[in-house]
Amino acid sequence: MSISDWFKAREARRYTAVNGERVAGDVPDGVWSKCSSCKRIVYEGQLVANLRVCPHCGNHFDLTAFERIDLLADPGSFAEFDAGVGSTDPLGFVAAKPYTVSLESARERSGLTEGVVVGRATIGDHPVVLGAMDFRFIGASMGSAVGEKIARSFEVATSERRAVVLCTASGGARMQEGMLSLMQMAKTSAAARRLAEARLPYISVLTNPTMGGVTASFAVLADVVLAEPGALIGFAGPRVIEQTIKQHLPKGFQSSEYLLEHGMVDEVVVRGQLTARVTTLLGYLAGGGERA
Amino acid sequence: MTRRHVMEFERPLVELEAKLGELRQLELTANPELAAEVAALAVEIEALRESTYADLSAWDRVQISRHPDRPKAQDYLAAIFTDVVELHGDRSYGDDEAIVAALATIDGRRVAVLGHRKGKNTRENIARNFGMAHPEGFRKAMRIMRLAEKFGLPLVTLIDTPGAFPGIEAEERGQAWAIAESLSLLSGLHVPVIAVGIGEGGSGGALAIGFGDRLIMLENSYYSVISPEACASILHKDAGKAAEVATCLAMTATDLVGLGIVDEIIPEPVGGAHRDPGEVFGEVRGRISAALAALSGSDPDELVSMRYAKLRAVGVIEEVQG
Repeated sequence: MSISDWFKAREARRYTAVNGERVAGDVPDGVWSKCSSCKRIVYEGQLVANLRVCPHCGNHFDLTAFERIDLLADPGSFAEFDAGVGSTDPLGFVAAKPYTVSLESARERSGLTEGVVVGRATIGDHPVVLGAMDFRFIGASMGSAVGEKIARSFEVATSERRAVVLCTASGGARMQEGMLSLMQMAKTSAAARRLAEARLPYISVLTNPTMGGVTASFAVLADVVLAEPGALIGFAGPRVIEQTIKQHLPKGFQSSEYLLEHGMVDEVVVRGQLTARVTTLLGYLAGGGERA
Repeated sequence: MTRRHVMEFERPLVELEAKLGELRQLELTANPELAAEVAALAVEIEALRESTYADLSAWDRVQISRHPDRPKAQDYLAAIFTDVVELHGDRSYGDDEAIVAALATIDGRRVAVLGHRKGKNTRENIARNFGMAHPEGFRKAMRIMRLAEKFGLPLVTLIDTPGAFPGIEAEERGQAWAIAESLSLLSGLHVPVIAVGIGEGGSGGALAIGFGDRLIMLENSYYSVISPEACASILHKDAGKAAEVATCLAMTATDLVGLGIVDEIIPEPVGGAHRDPGEVFGEVRGRISAALAALSGSDPDELVSMRYAKLRAVGVIEEVQG
């Protein structure tokens, strides 16, 4: 085996998904999607069984907030709070379409009131506040409501002495709420700081994509920052950077692996190992070491 | 005569002024009719001047905030602070000139000062990257925040940036990480923090040093989640709609007082701060001193919890019926 083959094999080992425990239940035969990475056909049943990771190339498909919660929370342990908290249209923002229309159609399409779902849960029996962002909801951008739910998550965890586990996916700040959105960056960062001062653990899982004001606030303030393979993670969007510097970006720029190489995340974890990894970390951080 | 920078909205006025200037070069004593016309034009110009600067749109103010002659952070440092000692470097990578950090004295009070630093000319602007910081700039800022905390110095910040720099090296060195850590640190400082918007308040790069116990804005400064041009190109695929979008984004000082984000507005001379910097320096100095006086002697823990309560209150939400 040549060195380059060995590297390829190693890559494949790193990214080929581990089979999940779930089996395809009532998925009708013949429902399929095309993998955006390797362009091969993947049947829905295969995808569900494989935690929505392409069995051919290891590409991690997006998960909805509740799929993510199902993946991480101990079965039956998740109890959502602030489910009804939603953004309004304080600025009367009208662009291509009114913001109220965007909100309404996002609610209809996703069945959610906002871009993040938060609640109490246990992960490997550790009490946590667990949150997951849902990119289908206006790119899970952070406006007043997302900021509020994130801040409350840190506050609930601080007062009930729970750990916080947040899975991010977001285009950044929600521009339709102007400065009210930008200020959520400071608000959520301040709330995360209070959790840290109470010496409670916070683990974040950066998933595709995590950009802008979400990356530049609570998402990266965790004690341990994990990322899913191949996720786009950064501050400025690739297009903005290309337009600014008038250059093409290197391949793999702003990917999880790129960030790992540059010291910005602790580990890139395949989806099949994520729950086990988070559980182990909670054991270290919430267990108290010698003091336990 | 140096060439004057003309902002879009004042162009009609400037053109008329130029015409009047030319007419006044002529020998008018022999031509009373023309002299009368010139006098009428002068009156017309006065009326136009008044209306041009009376009802400024958000977009007009954005242009004033970006005016090349607008007083910059280093001008404020020189004009309203004494015993200024500039501090350099983030102790890790380099010294980002897009951020200025200093120890300084204002009206007898010792403080730490942070600001975004734009240049006055092209050479300065290149060195300072037009006031757009890299991660090392924010890390330098954090060094000074820790210094302020350690030695009990109140912190004054001067906000004036188009935004944090979007570039390959900035991403590589953790632009998002640097901003997030700065937000966290600033939120937890046990000393008074006064933030003053003196020009552009561009997004996360502004916010990283841009909030505190008091947020004060100059009348023609702006503070926004995104630049109006970028917002227009995303929403309309047309950066030309920036003027329209600027209004929508509610980014002026008045808008932000209305949203409960900004505490005070400092009025500017007609046409903008560059028309009479001296007046502006006096006003800014007075407001900073007053805010520092009001907060001096505050219980350090109380300061942090009041700052948190202030941040915590920002946002408009509702209970949506499922």
